Amino acid sequence: MTTATESILKQILESSTPAYFEAGNEGRKKALAQLSEIGLPTSKSEEYRFTPITKALEKKFTWTSSTPALSTISIDSFLPAIGDTHRIVFLNGRFSKNLSQLEGLEPNVVVSTFDAADSKTKSVIQSLLGTISKTGDAFAAMNSAFYLEGIFIHVPANTQVSKPILVLHLNDAQEKQVIAHTRLLVSIEKGSSLSIIEKSDSLGTEPCFHTFMEEMMVAENATLDYCKIQNDAGAVHQVSNTFIAQADSSRVNTFTLTLNGQIIRNNLNIQINGEQCESHFNGLYLVNGNTLVDNHTVVDHQKPNSFSNEMYKGIMDDQSKGVFNGKIYVRPHAQKTNAFQSNRNILMSENATINTKPQLEIWADDVKCSHGCTTGQLDEEALFYLQARGIPHASAKAMLLYAFALDVLSVVKNENLKAYLDQLISERLHKNF
Amino acid sequence: MLSIKNLQARIGEKEILKGINLEVNAGEVHAIMGPNGSGKSTLASVLAGREDYEVTGGEVEFNGKNILELEPSDRAAEGIFLAFQYPVEIPGVSTINFMKTAVNKIRQYRGQSPLDAVAFLQLMKEKMKLVEIDQSLLSRSLNEGFSGGEKKRNEIFQMAMLEPKLSILDETDSGLDIDALKIVANGVNSLRSKNNATIVVTHYQRLLDYIVPDFVHVLYKGKIVKSGTKELAKELEAKGYDWIKNEVALA
Ligand SMILES: Nc1ncnc2c1ncn2[C@@H]1O[C@H](COP(=O)(O)OP(=O)(O)OP(=O)(O)O)[C@@H](O)[C@H]1O
Ligand SMILES: [Mg+2]
Repeated sequence: MTTATESILKQILESSTPAYFEAGNEGRKKALAQLSEIGLPTSKSEEYRFTPITKALEKKFTWTSSTPALSTISIDSFLPAIGDTHRIVFLNGRFSKNLSQLEGLEPNVVVSTFDAADSKTKSVIQSLLGTISKTGDAFAAMNSAFYLEGIFIHVPANTQVSKPILVLHLNDAQEKQVIAHTRLLVSIEKGSSLSIIEKSDSLGTEPCFHTFMEEMMVAENATLDYCKIQNDAGAVHQVSNTFIAQADSSRVNTFTLTLNGQIIRNNLNIQINGEQCESHFNGLYLVNGNTLVDNHTVVDHQKPNSFSNEMYKGIMDDQSKGVFNGKIYVRPHAQKTNAFQSNRNILMSENATINTKPQLEIWADDVKCSHGCTTGQLDEEALFYLQARGIPHASAKAMLLYAFALDVLSVVKNENLKAYLDQLISERLHKNF
Repeated sequence: MLSIKNLQARIGEKEILKGINLEVNAGEVHAIMGPNGSGKSTLASVLAGREDYEVTGGEVEFNGKNILELEPSDRAAEGIFLAFQYPVEIPGVSTINFMKTAVNKIRQYRGQSPLDAVAFLQLMKEKMKLVEIDQSLLSRSLNEGFSGGEKKRNEIFQMAMLEPKLSILDETDSGLDIDALKIVANGVNSLRSKNNATIVVTHYQRLLDYIVPDFVHVLYKGKIVKSGTKELAKELEAKGYDWIKNEVALA
C-alpha cells in the first residue's frame, strides 16, 4: 500500500461517524477490517490495472470533512422522460422521503430504508444482506462499512410490479466535494417481476465520489429488469458493485448506459444458481473527453441448463478510455450451459483507447460458449457511400455509429424507457462525435 | 453539363488518372470502356468526391461549378450520382431509412421543404415499381446478404429516388442476369431526359444494346485513348483491346 493510500484509509476511518460501528453492527466492523486488509487498489492490482481510481481519490478529495445532508432540491430536470414510475431519491447519499414517491405499489411490496423497517423486515434484511456479495473488491468493502442508508425492496411471491422503480441519486457538488455510499437490497420472490432504473446525477463541478452496491435476489421463475444510466457530466468518480443471484427459471435483463463521468467503474456480478435461467446483460458506453469507463462483468454458471448472453459495445472519442473485462465461469456441474459474450468497440480518435479482455473458465465439458472482441475504426467505405447519396459527413457518421450501437437496446423491454435511451444515444452521437 | 479538363489523380504515390478530358452534355449517354485497372472506377470515385484520391491537376466543372472543392454530399445534392461497382454493406442501416435522410438532405440543399412520411412512401412505391424491387429488400440492412444482382438493382432504385442530373453507373451490369439487365436498363432509360446525362462504365456490349450510348470512350492507363460512336463498342467486342494498346504504343 502506498503511503497516500494509507493516509486516505486512516482519514476515512477517523472521519467516519462512530455510531456506525457501535455494538450490533458487526457487518460494518467486518467490512472495515476487510477494507484495511485489502487496501485500495493500485496500478499493480490486476483488477484495477487500467483504472486509476485510487490516484484520483488521493489527488482530488479531502477525507477529513463529511458530506452535508441536503434537505431538498429541485429534481425535475434530472427525472428521465420514461412515463410513470415509482421513485426513490437519494440526495448526497441519503434517502429523501420527501422527494420519493412510493404510493400505489402493489399490495405487500415493501420499499423501506433499512433503519425504518419494522422489526420483522429488519430481520429479513439481516438475513439477506451480504449473502450474495462476497468479493475481494475494496470498494464493496468500503460501501459495506460506510453506506449511510440502504433501501430494501421486497416483492412478495406472484406479484408483478407494474410501474418501474426509478432510483435517482443526486449529489450537490456546487460548493463542496461529495462522498456518498449507497446501497440497495432487492428480493424478488417466486413468480414475481420488477423493473429498476437507476440514474445518478450531480450539480456543480466539485468532485464527487460515489460507491454503489446493489444486491438483487431473483427467486424461482421471477424476472428482474435493471437499467443503469450514467449520464452525469460532473466530476464524477463512481464504483458500482452489482450482485445478482438467480434461482431456477428466473430471467434477468440488465442494461448499462455510460455517457459521462470522470472515472466510472461498474462491477456486475451475476450468479446463476438455478437451472433454466436466462440472463441478458448488455452495455453501451459512448464517451469522449477524458472519461474513463470500466466494465468488469462476471457471470458464474453454477447449475446446468442455463443461458447467458452478454453484449457490450463502446464508442470512444478524444482521450477517453474504455476497459472491458468479461469473465464467464462454467462450474463442473453446469452442463448444457450456453454462454455468449461479445464486446465491440469503435475508436474515433487516435488518442482514445480500449483495453478489452474476455476471460472464460470452463470446467464442464458439455457446454456452448463463445466470445468475441473487436476494436476498429468507423468504416470509411460506408461513410463515403452515405455521403455520395447526399448525406453530409456529420450525419452520415452519426447514422453509422447509431446503427453500430443500437442493437444493445434489444434487452430493454419497456417501450418508454427504450425510447428515452434511444433518444439519449442518438443525441449523443449527433452532437458529440 | 460536365466538363473534365486534363484531370490527374493519384492514390498514395501511384498516379492513376493521367490527364482525362471529357465533355458530357445534357441528354447524352457516354460509355466508358477499357481494360481492368485502367482507371475507370477511379474516375467515377474522383467525380463523386472520394477523399482517398488526391487530385493533382486539372479541372472538373459541373453545370458551371468547380466541383472538386465540394464535399461528396454536396456533389450529390448538385445532382451527381454514382452507382458503385461494389456497393458496400452497412449493417443496421436500411435502404428505406437512409434514403429518407438522403432525399430530405438533398431537398434541404436545394431549398425545398422536406417530404413527409406519406409523400416519401409514395415516391418510394413509384420507384420500386420502376426497378421491380421488393420492399422487404429495402427494409433490410443495406446490401447485407444481398445477392450481386440485388445490390445492383438497389443502386438503380436509389438513383431513381434521387433523380440526379448526371448518373455514373460503374459496371452496374456485372452480376445481373438477362432479365435483371433489362429491368435495370429500362429503369435507366425511363429516367433519361434531355436534361440529364449518363455515364456508363462497362466491359460488355450487351448493356449497350439496351442503353444505347451516343459516345464510347476507351480509358487506358489513366487516359482516354480513343473515342467514337456506339460502333466502337462493337469493334471492341469483336477485337479486344490489343489493337488499341498497339496504337498507343506506336503513338
Ligand atoms: N486504394 C488503392 N490503392 C492502391 N491502388 C489503387 C487503389 N485504388 C485503385 N488502385 C489502382 O488503380 C488502378 C485503377 O483502378 P480502377 O479501380 O480505377 O480500375 P478500373 O478501370 O475500374 O478496373 P476494373 O475494370 O477492373 O473495374 C488499378 O491499378 C488499381 O490497382
Ligand atoms: Mg472498376
